[in-house]
Amino acid sequence: MLDGDTCCCPVTGLAEDDVRMLKEKARQLRVHVLRATAEAGSGHPGGSLSSAEILATLYFKVMRISPKDPGWPDRDRFVLSKGHAAPALYAVLAEAGFFPVEELLTLRKFGSRLQGHPSMKHTPGVEMSTGSLGQGLSTANGMALAARLDGRPTRVYVLLGDGELEEGQVWEAAMTSVHRKLDNLTAFVDHNGLQIDGPVRDVKSLDNVAARWRAFGWHVLEIDGHDIKAIFAACEEAKATKGRPTVVVARTVKGRGVPFMENAVDWHGKAPSHEQAEEAVRRIEHDAL
Amino acid sequence: MADVPKKIATRAAYGKALVKLGEVNPDVVVLDADLAKSTKTDEFAARFPERFFDMGIAEADMMGTAAGLAASGKIPFASTFAVFAAGRAFDQVRQVIAYPGLNVKIGASHGGITVGEDGASHQSVEDVALMRAIPGMTVIVPADAVETEKAVFAAAKHGGPVYIRLGRSGVPVIFDDGYGFRIGRAALLREGGDVTIIACGVLVASALEAASRLAEREGLSARVLDMATIKPADEEAVVAAACETGAIVTAEEHNVIGGLGSTVCEITAGRCPVPVERIGIQDAFGQSGTPEELLRAYGLLSEDIVKAALRAVERKRSGVR
Repeated sequence: MLDGDTCCCPVTGLAEDDVRMLKEKARQLRVHVLRATAEAGSGHPGGSLSSAEILATLYFKVMRISPKDPGWPDRDRFVLSKGHAAPALYAVLAEAGFFPVEELLTLRKFGSRLQGHPSMKHTPGVEMSTGSLGQGLSTANGMALAARLDGRPTRVYVLLGDGELEEGQVWEAAMTSVHRKLDNLTAFVDHNGLQIDGPVRDVKSLDNVAARWRAFGWHVLEIDGHDIKAIFAACEEAKATKGRPTVVVARTVKGRGVPFMENAVDWHGKAPSHEQAEEAVRRIEHDAL
Repeated sequence: MADVPKKIATRAAYGKALVKLGEVNPDVVVLDADLAKSTKTDEFAARFPERFFDMGIAEADMMGTAAGLAASGKIPFASTFAVFAAGRAFDQVRQVIAYPGLNVKIGASHGGITVGEDGASHQSVEDVALMRAIPGMTVIVPADAVETEKAVFAAAKHGGPVYIRLGRSGVPVIFDDGYGFRIGRAALLREGGDVTIIACGVLVASALEAASRLAEREGLSARVLDMATIKPADEEAVVAAACETGAIVTAEEHNVIGGLGSTVCEITAGRCPVPVERIGIQDAFGQSGTPEELLRAYGLLSEDIVKAALRAVERKRSGVR
């Protein structure tokens, strides 16, 4: 990209320094998520925390973006289909330089550019307005088709929730991606196993997520969604996979990094108090040492 | 006005307009949901196969894909029946097209009961109301083939989402090629001082017939407005009609709740209250039948407009509002 300081140009391979940097970024994202939701008094910390490594790796290692020129036509695109993880998206966009980090504390407040769910009209760097679940993959397909029509090198990334897979439109879109052979598209499923009303398998049993995508004709990878090397390798394999799209089923822990939030359904859509947030931040920073 | 009105379905005009548009604008892409032969997008598909996407029977996915294409600079025309475009895919239109203000054009064919034999499941009587209620959505219901083509070109130039409602059945050609269609501007088709008939879509031709009969039989001079753009409405034309003629009839192939009639009442109530009689579907679902049978059964003939005009004039004269 054009600007060496702010661009997140991919370099082949992943050095140990990169892994350290990305782990640190993921930790920063978690701290932002906790403080922003605490300040907002509402929001969705659980599914934001589970996607921290995926977002950090995409924005700081994999994707070709230009925060100083958010409209750069050849950029890669990211669609947060699970729009309730907006706090994590805003955190990574701020860290990447799309807007000031201080703005994160305006999350969900009247007049803020950081709406409760992502709005491309409000926030620099947000590529699609999401929040009504099940719709992101269709829009990502549209972006991938446009890139192909224009002969652009753009790759499109989309992050779905596992509970979100209950929405029928996801599977309409999954058929489209395969039918159109969108090998410039990579989907991630943040497979943390929980949704608002309880474990996904209890609400609407969703076993064998990978098998379902495979049956639809996708190239399917299963990884630990907190393993940065695995995330990076999956993106590399997706790039090398021709003729069909790749989905990365990323096993994650909802609330990851905050012991009292991990695997706890209640923290899907509840903000921590300031005290709880600071306790969690201390824990995250302690773990980093 | 054309001397001898020939009948062309607005969906047929849509299909031809897309091809013309595609020839001059390489950013135009067309999507359909397994109805390309019916919506007439098959002509674009044959001419520009690389810019045409049949999304299969998946209207929600089609709207989302159109949004993604628009977010990347394309001008997508997404086409299916009105009942599926506005009904089945309402949330997609709202969330990923209108809320972000994306440049998607929705070509919704088979609006209203003139769909005919397919029956109520395929006859959209509420699509205009649904689309009109979405913030920032432009809603156009062209009256004939000429207006359809001009609306398609105007929609492509307009930045933001546009809903264009089209019909299945042939309708007389009213306009000549010199017609200067503009989004948000009603067309004055006939001057008159006793009552104004404001119509859209297939009922514009009926409104003109009704005006002729009112003149011949009743000695009343009826103004006729074609209000193709339901939203943003031409408020000034409606207010002028209300204030200058003192009585209004609206005529639409849509539920009287939420469409053209409602739009006109909202404007007159605020700025120039006068008697308004609303011709339209009286809050009912359609049914199977020929278009002609259905137009008669649901009170949408020119004769029904004449009666409504007489009622409106009577209310004006008696001071009953």
